[in-house]
Amino acid sequence: MQNNETLVNILRFVVLVLVQVLVLNHINFLGYINPYLYPLFILVFPLTGNKGLLIFLSFILGLTIDMFGDSGGVHAAASVFIAWIRPVVLKYSFGVSYQLNTLKISTAPFPKRIVYIISMVMFHHLVLFSMEIFNVSHILLILKSTLFSGIFSVILMICTVLLFSKKGT
Amino acid sequence: MQRIILFFVRFRNFLLFAFLFAISFALTVNSHSFHTSKMVSSANFLSGGIFGIKSSITDYFDLKTQNELLTQENTRLRTLLSNSDIITMKGMIDSVVLDSNFKFVPARVINNSYSKTKNNLTLNRGWSDSIKVDMGVLSSQGVVGMVNSVSKNYASVQSVLNTNSQIVAKFKKSNQFGYLKWDAKKANIVQLTEIPRIATIAVGDTIVTDGKSTIFPPDILIGTVKNFDRNDGADYYHIDIQLFTDMTSVKHVYLVSHRDAAEIKELENSVDDAEQ
Repeated sequence: MQNNETLVNILRFVVLVLVQVLVLNHINFLGYINPYLYPLFILVFPLTGNKGLLIFLSFILGLTIDMFGDSGGVHAAASVFIAWIRPVVLKYSFGVSYQLNTLKISTAPFPKRIVYIISMVMFHHLVLFSMEIFNVSHILLILKSTLFSGIFSVILMICTVLLFSKKGT
Repeated sequence: MQRIILFFVRFRNFLLFAFLFAISFALTVNSHSFHTSKMVSSANFLSGGIFGIKSSITDYFDLKTQNELLTQENTRLRTLLSNSDIITMKGMIDSVVLDSNFKFVPARVINNSYSKTKNNLTLNRGWSDSIKVDMGVLSSQGVVGMVNSVSKNYASVQSVLNTNSQIVAKFKKSNQFGYLKWDAKKANIVQLTEIPRIATIAVGDTIVTDGKSTIFPPDILIGTVKNFDRNDGADYYHIDIQLFTDMTSVKHVYLVSHRDAAEIKELENSVDDAEQ
């Protein structure tokens, strides 16, 4: 069972990276809006999993995306950041019950799941675009990119989660 | 001692986070600084290989338009050839006549971005094809960018659509020169800066490369003046340039190397050192 979960996570890592760099990085909706699906790996990482491991894996994940996109370390920074704040976000979106091992993200009430996804994505995108643009005088551009890309990413993530969540578990 | 260990155990996740975040931050700062070769780039066997496979599939989709572009270029070059003086030198050995300062290597774009503030392209040529950092990259229509990182089989190119880019450009008609930069607002529209207000310019003027740098040959097309304004009191024009190259669909490019680039650079550096 443990082995199986590791395998699923490795597979998810590879598939999300490939989808991101081969498809989603080239959408350029309205000229500059790209959705980012790969943080989903961090979002659905097992809740009982090792937090240190998650932070490290997020760094590798972000760095891989950076390598393909020639973007320095912006994705790595954003991924590491949301991996670190994930326990806090989990607590305020699902309540303390998430620590009791009973909660599964795929079975949690829909509104709570949306709050979780939206807050994680917005934190991720805010760090991402601040680092990418790296200029305080372009703060409006940062916020605009965060909002538009964020909406796109959230919709895509919700669709993906609904598509791949098993019924009855 | 125990307390210190306890402290590390308690805050190990935060320390790990802080450490990894610091590394990412350093990499980001490195990528934002002008003209340093990058530590993490898409010019390596993994990303280069995957992009290569991808482009070998997707290249078929726009073969028709790419062929048209190449035919257009051939037409332009043939016109140039048949109207030039070279024709009078018929019968001489080519290599004697053309003391070529510039060498061209064809390459294919296997990855391209144009929606970020710092855009890069990946090409399927590396140091095994004698590609070096700082070589210029041209398309059949005009300037594309310059090489900023090279691996064995792949090269990463800093596009003109990159806020770090700075290319010397001039007006074809008046030789008035300035620097080409990008304000990250619109793909295919770049800005020409440092043109003094006494210059006479008009919408539609052609902008070409200036031969002063060793990166690009002189008189390579860049674009045309789209619009310009002169704020009262400012010493320089604000000029928008429409690029000839459609950066969103560039597929086939040429890498240019100047034969004496290393020598010229060394000389310039030694002069700079002497002045300091």
